[in-house]
Amino acid sequence: MRAMTDRPLKVLIAKPGLDGHDRGAKVLARGLRDEGFEVVYSGLRQTPEMIVTAALQEDVDIVGLSILSGAHMTLLPRICSLLRERGMDDVLVAAGGIIPDDDVPALKAAGIAAVFGPGTTIAQVADFLRANARARD
Amino acid sequence: MPGRGTSATGVADSRGPRRDEGTAGRRADALCDAALAGDRHALARLLTAVENRTPLAEAALRRLYPRAGHAQLIGVTGPPGAGKSTLVAALIAELRRAGRPVAVVAVDPSSPITGGAVLGDRVRMQAYTADPDVFIRSMASRGHAGGLSSATSEAAAVFDAVGFDVVLIETVGTGQSEVEVAAAADTTVVVEAPEMGDEIQAIKAGLLEVADIVVVNKGDRPGAHRTAGQLHAMLADTPREARPGRPSPKHPEVLVTTAASGAGVAELLAAIDRHRSAARGTDGEASRLRRAEAQVWAVLVDRLHARVRSLEGAEGAAAGNPAAGPTAAGPTAASAAAAGSPAAGPAAAREWLRSVASHELDPYAAADAILDQLIGGGPAPEPNT
Repeated sequence: MRAMTDRPLKVLIAKPGLDGHDRGAKVLARGLRDEGFEVVYSGLRQTPEMIVTAALQEDVDIVGLSILSGAHMTLLPRICSLLRERGMDDVLVAAGGIIPDDDVPALKAAGIAAVFGPGTTIAQVADFLRANARARD
Repeated sequence: MPGRGTSATGVADSRGPRRDEGTAGRRADALCDAALAGDRHALARLLTAVENRTPLAEAALRRLYPRAGHAQLIGVTGPPGAGKSTLVAALIAELRRAGRPVAVVAVDPSSPITGGAVLGDRVRMQAYTADPDVFIRSMASRGHAGGLSSATSEAAAVFDAVGFDVVLIETVGTGQSEVEVAAAADTTVVVEAPEMGDEIQAIKAGLLEVADIVVVNKGDRPGAHRTAGQLHAMLADTPREARPGRPSPKHPEVLVTTAASGAGVAELLAAIDRHRSAARGTDGEASRLRRAEAQVWAVLVDRLHARVRSLEGAEGAAAGNPAAGPTAAGPTAASAAAAGSPAAGPAAAREWLRSVASHELDPYAAADAILDQLIGGGPAPEPNT
């Protein structure tokens, strides 16, 4: 019915690994809702396989990974490669949480488009996602 | 609101729906072939197209609709926080124990202000992400007002066509009058929580009227059995007469479940199956006709809007449509009205509805036939030229 030009971007906010700190993920989910995104929230303690399956079933434009456990160098590249394996290389992947600057180049090389640390505003995240999510149909 | 901006696809989809029908048709065929062969990614892409009402979706649904009509469609509705998602998760567990492939369409509300949404139903259903015979899809209501999104029924038809035995349709958290799920499902389960109201709530019009089964969830909480008793007294003691569009005059069963532990869920599934068996035959036919009517009506309204837009000038009309605007709300009111007045069109329309109900004809072909009869307008496939 509605013109497709109006279609909201759909984003999966996921919490990979053994990490129970989801305040940030929930604040972001709510903030992106207010920015006009359709936000699927995965819940806590997701394996890379669970996150990739959810992204596939929901056919999201964007996957946002929130991680504060320190296991980002293991889990995030694994999620990126699983997405590619399952034909979702057109999905934009971004990360947030506690990730040292030194790790960012390696994560970007693995396929993470951006890493948002503490102090990032919701508007900055939303603008980046809108500018970088690939047009799919 | 984030959107596709001026991407070529967006422009073609919104302003020239038929121009690239050939391309859309070929791509729809490829996606349908893959989805029917079990490719879940292709299935997910089809659902997106259906949700966005693209030309590809129409081509795909025309192809898939004749294959649908076999799945058991179970609606789960009720107020926010009653435990719908947790109960859906418990039903998935029970259905998987029986070896039945399950799809879920879970609808959550879109913001009327920004068009955004938080789709949180998956959180309760995490245990099944690794099971290839479970497919969960969240959808935002996108301004549709009946408790579902405008594409929910069509998404269920896609799941049905690709071989899911059961489709669970979870509505947004409803108030008292969002009853659209009753037309979309074979069996409507209304989930209540303990102490949500007395007998007066139970005799009010609306949600409880469309219940085939009433569940008082959170059965481990104090008052659950008393609430169930009150609901049972009022619903079971209220005579219901058979009328068009109702599967049967029987009173809804009232059950108590504790979805979080699984208590009472096997009994609920048994009750759902009993209702389905009882609703076969003429009552089932009435229910299928009602669903067909809602589907055809939705497409009719779409078609009329498209014609009106093409008369007004596509540019201005498309740009002026807010996410939750009148065009999105239109089909809701129209399908609700249609459900109550089956003889709205010419007598021949009834024949088309029957053909759609039996899956000999798809809703698009029926809608075009009806439109052409009502207002003329040349060959059906080219209404915009």
